[in-house]
Amino acid sequence: MSLPTDTEPEAFAPADSLLRFATAGAVDDGKSTLIGRLLHDSRSLLADQLEMLELAGKERGDDVLDLAMVTDGLRAEREQGITIDVAHRYFETARRAFIIADTPGHAQYTRNMVTGASTADLAIVLVDARNGLTEQSRRHAVLAGMLRVPRLVLAVNKMDLVGYDQGVFDEITAEFARFTGELELRDVAAIPISALRGDNVVHRSAETPWYDGPALLEHLEQVHIDEDRSSGDFRLPVQYVIRAQGQDYRGYAGQISGGRVCEGDEVLHLPSGLRTRVTSVDTADGALAEARAPQSVSVRLADEIDVGRGDLLCVPDAAPAAATELSVRVCWMSAKSVLRPGARLLLKHTTRTVKALVAEVRHQVDVTTLRRDPAAELGLNDIGEVGLRLAQPVFCDPYERNRLTGGGLLIDEATRATVGAVMITEAR
Amino acid sequence: MPAEPALSRLDILESEALHLIREVAAEFDRPTLLFSGGKDSAVLLRLAEKAFFPAPIPFPVLHVDTGHNFEEVLDFRDRRAAELGVRLVVASVQDSIDAGRVIEQEGRGASRNRAQTVTLLDAIGEHRFDALFGGARRDEERARAKERMLSFRDAFGQWDPRNQRPELWNLYNGLIGPGENVRAFPLSNWTERDIWTYIDQDGVELPGLYFAHRRKVFERDGMYLADNPFVHRDPDEPLVEKSVRFRTIGDMTCTGAVPSTASTVAEVIAEIAATKVTERGQTRADDRASAASMEDRKREGYF
Repeated sequence: MSLPTDTEPEAFAPADSLLRFATAGAVDDGKSTLIGRLLHDSRSLLADQLEMLELAGKERGDDVLDLAMVTDGLRAEREQGITIDVAHRYFETARRAFIIADTPGHAQYTRNMVTGASTADLAIVLVDARNGLTEQSRRHAVLAGMLRVPRLVLAVNKMDLVGYDQGVFDEITAEFARFTGELELRDVAAIPISALRGDNVVHRSAETPWYDGPALLEHLEQVHIDEDRSSGDFRLPVQYVIRAQGQDYRGYAGQISGGRVCEGDEVLHLPSGLRTRVTSVDTADGALAEARAPQSVSVRLADEIDVGRGDLLCVPDAAPAAATELSVRVCWMSAKSVLRPGARLLLKHTTRTVKALVAEVRHQVDVTTLRRDPAAELGLNDIGEVGLRLAQPVFCDPYERNRLTGGGLLIDEATRATVGAVMITEAR
Repeated sequence: MPAEPALSRLDILESEALHLIREVAAEFDRPTLLFSGGKDSAVLLRLAEKAFFPAPIPFPVLHVDTGHNFEEVLDFRDRRAAELGVRLVVASVQDSIDAGRVIEQEGRGASRNRAQTVTLLDAIGEHRFDALFGGARRDEERARAKERMLSFRDAFGQWDPRNQRPELWNLYNGLIGPGENVRAFPLSNWTERDIWTYIDQDGVELPGLYFAHRRKVFERDGMYLADNPFVHRDPDEPLVEKSVRFRTIGDMTCTGAVPSTASTVAEVIAEIAATKVTERGQTRADDRASAASMEDRKREGYF
């Protein structure tokens, strides 16, 4: 049982930036193997983890290390050889730290892909070079686009099984480009890899002399991410009011969900519509001259306004809508119920939870073709367009403008389960 | 506009943790923070302090005391709680044993680790806690890699990995029914190295056990266990004095020490960077019972 070994690890230099990425791919596209390979070749697996893999392999009579075993954490997953839920993995290189949202490939786990993609800076869509683009690959690209994951990597895997043929790779990437033209994906890279053999995963491969781009890990290390988080207009959903007795302190705490704020900035308070000025942007480590998304801070204001949890502070000349009627895209996540007109649910949006009525189900989106089909209801893993009426306003942006002020959860009040993910398209 | 430096990973992880801590404090009636005196809970307590600064932490801290803890850790626990002015609730495994709620294991490898679950669930019931902050990290163990940041537990304290609430963006569904609770894990996305870097950067104080000191230990299954009255030591397990430190701190009966000369935070960080073994693999005897032992304990109500 052996794997190609690497050179000694680089000396420890703390990686200072963080990239969150989600992996998507159909069941046998080799997603778990890819993650195992990334961890193994970047020397992120330690001796006891390798030993465990070897033991597991021996028990099953395998003669090569099954890198996929690294990621399957639950008993049922190991027994069935499948991934049943999102798992998070961590590794780092000298350049950057990474959080992987490892999302299952089965069609019935679309909701998990949506979950993993919601916080991702980048998504890797894995395709088996022998099969080309399947319905699942299209589905994953559509979902990544819909969730506004800023960057995408098309990883054409199992290149070893097609003789490292450039023609195969070119054909798949061309077809993908045609398909994604309508998805508004901003930044797509295509990389030919073999997760099993390690080609172009951590190290560039000699087997693909026709490919002059980076190996997957190099790409992940170099992608620029920070501007995604702090671009856009300033928004601070108020999460908690901090009052310190005897110190006359009153600060409005929250995580900045868009843009940036400086001491002295004029801000607008919603729902009151009153303007005031930020006198201080505080943290426990001292006041900041400027803070930006996604920092958690607490701000003090020049005027005494009644501000509480669920309110929002924002830049005055580009305020979000205060809306009680929403057009939304919903990914329905409940196996026990369906989304129907007339359904009463809770919408959790930023720090505000309001009652919501499903006014209409407009249509269902076919997530492999983007076609809109008429639909009366949405079932598990369906994505559709829905009108919601709210008992109280939420302060929101279209999802395409801001993932945090444009996204929401639907909660079933009776079972308390999270039953849907909401992306706001229009607000009134 | 000139490119500005990216927010550091610790800035991002800290912001995410503060956000979750404040969400739970805002949405739950009776939260508590599990504080064992270990490094992860010391960082967690620091983050709670920061989340409400300059106001005090608005909830008590809870320690499930197995009765087999290191004295230095208990002293540290008491002192930190007093310094922060937070109420310390101690739930005692010994009390659970005395009350006949759990049966003490005996013999080689006996540990009170499993018994903690009963004591924890009893304390949740007695104090009607509805949200419990824990310092668990997803990088520790593969069953934990499946955990949500805000993890729902039913009225029996059980975790059902097949039926977890989806978590999207920075939104957490905190609705629970009577008798149910949530476990909140603000350090989910931190790694062991992140914890130590933060300890270094923020000057987080720790019990001295985390740094090299001379101690009487004996070797078992490739681990050094501290000489202590609670562990059954066989005649072929001689005591030796060694320079060691602890990488994790839990019950004395199942926490292994590692040979070390690292006496400062910087030296510890250098040592971790060079290690070839994971934290739990190196120092937690109880995780070795089976490939799914952590998963099984979590299902029963353990963290």
